[in-house]
Parts: sequence; C-alpha cells; structure tokens
Amino acid sequence: MKPHTLSVLVENRAGVLSRVAGMFSRRGFNIESLAVGTCEEPNMSRITIVVNGDDGVVEQVMKQTNKLIDVIKVSDLTERESVERELALIKVAAEPGTSRAEVLQIADIFRAQVVDVGAKTLVLQVTGDTSKIDAMEKLLRQYGIKEFVRTGKIALLRGAKTVKSSK
Amino acid sequence: MKTGARTLIEALQREGVDTIFGYPGGVVLPIYDELYDSSVRHILVRHEQAAAHAADGYARASGRVGVCLATSGPGACNLVTGIATAYMDSIPIVALTGQVPTALLGNDAFQESDITGITMPVTKHNYLVKDVADLDRVVQEAFYVARTGRPGPVLVDLPKDVTTSVAKSNPVPEAVSLRGYQPTYQGHVRQIDKALDLITGAERPLIYAGGGVVLSGASAELLEFAETAAVPVTTTLMGLGAVPGDHPLNLGMLGMHGTQSANYAVTECDLLLAIGARFDDRVTGKIETFAPNATVIHIDIDPAEIGKNKKVDVPIVGDVKAVLQALLRRMQKRGDTANWVSRINAWKAQYPLRFRDDDHLRPQYVIRELSDVLKGEGIITSEVGQNQMWTALYYRFTKPRTWITSGGLGTMGYGFPAAIGAHYACPDVPVVDVAGDGSFQMNIQELGTVAQYDIPVKVVILNNMYLGMVRQWQELFYDRRYSYTELPPVDFVKIANAYGVDGIRVDAKDGVREAIETALATDGPFVLDFRVEREENVFPMVPAGAAINEMIGVRQ
Repeated sequence: MKPHTLSVLVENRAGVLSRVAGMFSRRGFNIESLAVGTCEEPNMSRITIVVNGDDGVVEQVMKQTNKLIDVIKVSDLTERESVERELALIKVAAEPGTSRAEVLQIADIFRAQVVDVGAKTLVLQVTGDTSKIDAMEKLLRQYGIKEFVRTGKIALLRGAKTVKSSK
Repeated sequence: MKTGARTLIEALQREGVDTIFGYPGGVVLPIYDELYDSSVRHILVRHEQAAAHAADGYARASGRVGVCLATSGPGACNLVTGIATAYMDSIPIVALTGQVPTALLGNDAFQESDITGITMPVTKHNYLVKDVADLDRVVQEAFYVARTGRPGPVLVDLPKDVTTSVAKSNPVPEAVSLRGYQPTYQGHVRQIDKALDLITGAERPLIYAGGGVVLSGASAELLEFAETAAVPVTTTLMGLGAVPGDHPLNLGMLGMHGTQSANYAVTECDLLLAIGARFDDRVTGKIETFAPNATVIHIDIDPAEIGKNKKVDVPIVGDVKAVLQALLRRMQKRGDTANWVSRINAWKAQYPLRFRDDDHLRPQYVIRELSDVLKGEGIITSEVGQNQMWTALYYRFTKPRTWITSGGLGTMGYGFPAAIGAHYACPDVPVVDVAGDGSFQMNIQELGTVAQYDIPVKVVILNNMYLGMVRQWQELFYDRRYSYTELPPVDFVKIANAYGVDGIRVDAKDGVREAIETALATDGPFVLDFRVEREENVFPMVPAGAAINEMIGVRQ
C-alpha cells in the first residue's frame, strides 16, 4: 500500500468530476487528494488524483477510470520522474513578540511567504511536496494553527515527456 | 426548420429504430405528439420498468439496440432497475427520458429528478441535452456508445424546451468521434500465440465461456475453436446457448448451480481459457479454490475485467469474435486431450442432472417437457430464482440469443417484459417466459400490454406459493425458518382472464404436455399456472463461500 499519483486528462464538461469521483467511491477506492483545473489543451481538464492501494488496486483504479467515456488518458506518475507540488495556506497565531519572530523564522526556513499580517495572526503560503507541508504544519502546531487549507497535489513529468491524449 | 422532438424521431430512424417501449407523461408530450403519426412503433407498457426490460429483451434477442422512453421524475426513476439490469449484463439499450425545462433544472420542479446523476453508476454513459443543436450528435453518440466495445445502456435526458425549440441549422455528423472512447477489437498477436502454445501444450484445458460470446456473435467461432483444439466447454448462465446444449464437448453451466462435471472440470483443469466471462462470484464460489491448478488465459473486450477477480497469466484484450478468429487462423497444431475428454465424459455419465421424476408435478419436469416441445426453436426468458436455475439446467438451448435472463443484477420481474421485447425483435419465434409466482407478480401488470397488442408471449408459472430460492436457503441454512417467503395462492388464470388473456391451471403431471402444446398453439398470449411441488430444491448447489467442487444435493 502506497500513495500513487495519477494524472487524468478529461473532457472539460459538466459532470465529469462527479463521474470520476462517483466511480471511485462506488468501487471503494480511497482518494487521498484531488486537484482539478483546465490545462494546456482547450476543452480538456487535468485531474491529479492521489490514491492509496497496492498495485492490483491501482491497476483497477486506472482501468475503471479509463472506461469512463469522458476520460481521455490516465497515467500513473508514481514510478516516473515527476515534479509534485501542493500549496497550503496556514493561519497561525503569532502575537507580536517572541512567537511572531519564531513563526517568521520557520516560514523563512520553509521558503513560505507571508500573505497576510493581522494583529494576532499571520497567514503563510507554502508550496512543496506533501511531506514538506506536513512538516511545516507540525512545526507550527505549537504556536496554534487557527486555520489550515491545502490544495490537492498536482504533478507533471520532468523533462520533455508529457501526459497527453494519444490522438 | 424542425423541433427537437422531430429531430429526435428522425435521429432514431437514422439509427434504424423500429420499436420503442414507453410510457407518456407531461414533459414528453412533444415527443409523443411526433410519435403519433410516425412510422416508429411505440408499445405502451403498464409500468416504465417494463419499458426498460422490454428494450433489453429486444436487444438480447436481436443484437440491436433496444429503446425505451419515459417521462421525467417518477417515469425516469422507474426505468432505473431496468437500466441497471442491462448494465450488469452489458446489454445495449438507449433510454430516453423527459426532463423539466432547462430554466427549471435544479429547482425541485414538479416531476424533476436528476436522472443523469441517479443513473451515472448504472449506465455506460449518459447525456443531459441542454441545447437542441446538440441533439443529433448526442443521439448518434448514444447509439454508438451503447452498441460498440463492451455494450451497455446509455441514457439521454431531454428537457422539455429542448424538444419544443427549433434548431437553426443542425448538420448531422458523419461519424462519431470520441477521443476518450476507443475500444480495442483485435487481440495482441504475441498474446494470441502465447495462448495457443499454452492451449496446445495443456493436458487438461477447459474453455469457460460467458455472455461475451453471445454479445460478440462468436458462437460459431467458439464451437469451431473448441472442436479444432479438442477443448471441452463450460458456459456461464449468460453463455448458455453459445454452444449447443447437446454437443459432446459441452459440460453445461458451471458455478453455484452448475453441473457436477463442469465444476469438477474447472477444479481439475490445468488450463482455463476464459472467453467473454468475468469470474463473477456466482461462478467462482470461493475464488482462492477456483481453478486452483490452472494457467489462466482471459479474453475480454473490457480490460478492466482482466485481473479484477482472478489473477490472469495471459490477458487478451479484444472482441471475442475477432480473437477467436485469430486463434483459429494462427493455430498450427492441436494438443492431445483424449484422456481428459474421456475423464470428463465419465463424469458426465456418472453425474447426470437428476430430479425425483415420480408422480408428483415437479418443476424440472415442466421445463424438460417445454424443452422437448420447443426443441430449441423458441426464445426463453426467465424471472429470477429457482425458475431461472431450473430452466438453465433442464432446458436444452441450441442457439445463442434464445436465452434471455437477468444474470448480473438478478432482477425479479424481468422475464415477462423482456419476453415482450423479444417478441418484437423476433416476431416469428415463439417466446416463453418461465416465471415463479413471486417474480411474475412483480410485473404482472404487463398482462395489460400483451392483451392490448395481442402479443403471443406465453408465461409458464412454476407456482410453488413460495419465494422459492429464498425459501431454499432458509431450509438449508436457516433451520427451515421460512421468514416471509410464503405467498398465499393466487388464481393466475382468473387474473389473466380479467385482462382478456387465456390461461390454464395445471395440477398434475399428466396435464403438462397438453397444456404447453395448447398454449403454443394459441395465437395470442397465454398463461400456464403449474402448481408444482412446493418444496423442491435446485441442485446441485454450492453453498455461499464454498469451493465449487463442494456441492450439496448431489451424489458424490
């Protein structure tokens, strides 16, 4: 069992996300994260899905996803050289004084940006792979995380290789 | 300049649709107005579920796409069981549903239901048409998706304003182009050669053929391959008829109610060639002990079926007919299976199907008589339960598409409306629905339909005043606690008569043959109410969770 990152190219049409998500839930596949948006091709969207399971389960996931008429291509990026990123916004308690300075220091180490400064809070924006964001969240917990939101993972193959429709 | 409703009817005609099974209602009035003087025949059923089953029966009997039509909300929802039935058995139907006008969508309008949302898990694909300009393309795509690749139901939802509005210019697309849907038809040559090596090298090869053989129209190829390679064949419930029932290489059905010889052969074989079958739990029993000694080759058009339930050594994705043709073309030698075939023949001789053929009126006897009278020259539909299994076991099917039953979903109430559909697909062939008294009452209202159109469908009711299969499980596994499975007697002949349909009640064995002959000689519909032994069981039987060679109700 390990997380697999799937890049799914779909028709940009009403209901496509619900077809994909519905198939996952009905067949008992667990989505760890999901990110969807338009992509380089007009009329297509790219969904990046992280799914947990052994190789047999992931093979079924890919085949069942591929069966959906609106799905154009499914690729497993897990074993391939790829760049994977998530983005998180973290609203952390940071009273003026020592804790604010420490939070800013942590932000600096993680190359996070301060995107909002309040009287008692800071909102940090951090990008990176899943483990980096997990690590930062863990470190900031002691100061008091007021709110935390993160995107699903997105990923691209490294180099000139692409995940495109075969046609 | 034409309305969406007109456009729809013309698009259906371009697809070769001659018959629609449906039920009118508010938002489909524009479509019904066009049907009023159209050459497309419309059969008015008594419940929308029957429209979906009839379209499905039409498709199974003919190999063409069946079409049903219902109004929005309750009408559309009533189709769902029928659509799910078709989906589980990969049957090509197009379900047309009315919908509230686009301006009211999502508004909880009168008779609104999100039928594309509801049917997403039970359709191969579905469409909500929001612009009349898309209608031609969508209908063409719907039929294409339904009948190609692994077939299946497609639903097209039609808001009322789409069917009333007029399209400006609406060029008909020449060919369907779907970049996300390109089924594989030809098997991979290297895999085919690898399969041939294994088949010819095997000592105890066995073909396990499923409904895909029937859907693909590959019965002749299957038989030729089995004979050329000298490999015995067992079929699933859905595969019955793919190989003649009396063919020496045919072992009959395998699985939960399979024959002893078929189940023993699966357990003993060293090579299993699965063709258009999907290792369903009713076939495999305990999956770990299914074909435990076999190398497995799996031919299927749907790559997702390969490796889903059982590990496969040689997968071949492709159309069953095309792959069998390639196998035949490329076969250079045949293996020596003489010992294996004689072992199987010994099992067949030692363990024939048997029931207590005494003075009592037993359901197996009724089916055997029906089989003897029809001699394979008819179409048999069934309901679900004991009636279905006795028919599968005791009726001798000789041709594909003559056995129409709900295998995957196991839908009670399927057989009677499916028989109506089968009649319109094959009007010159006698069509008989084998029913139980429970199942028949699930769509008994269709007596109104067969009476109205004088549809010569015959219903054989194996009336045991129980929900027989559930009662059988209660007898065997629940200490005979018959919890809510007993049904009070019903006078089915009187009910039939009330609809204007003839019928006979048969209480004794010696009246069976004559009753069947009378029904078949009658021009119109006919109901035969056989009062059979009440607590007869379907054997052989593999208890749930057991290996398929661990059958009960058999001589060991």
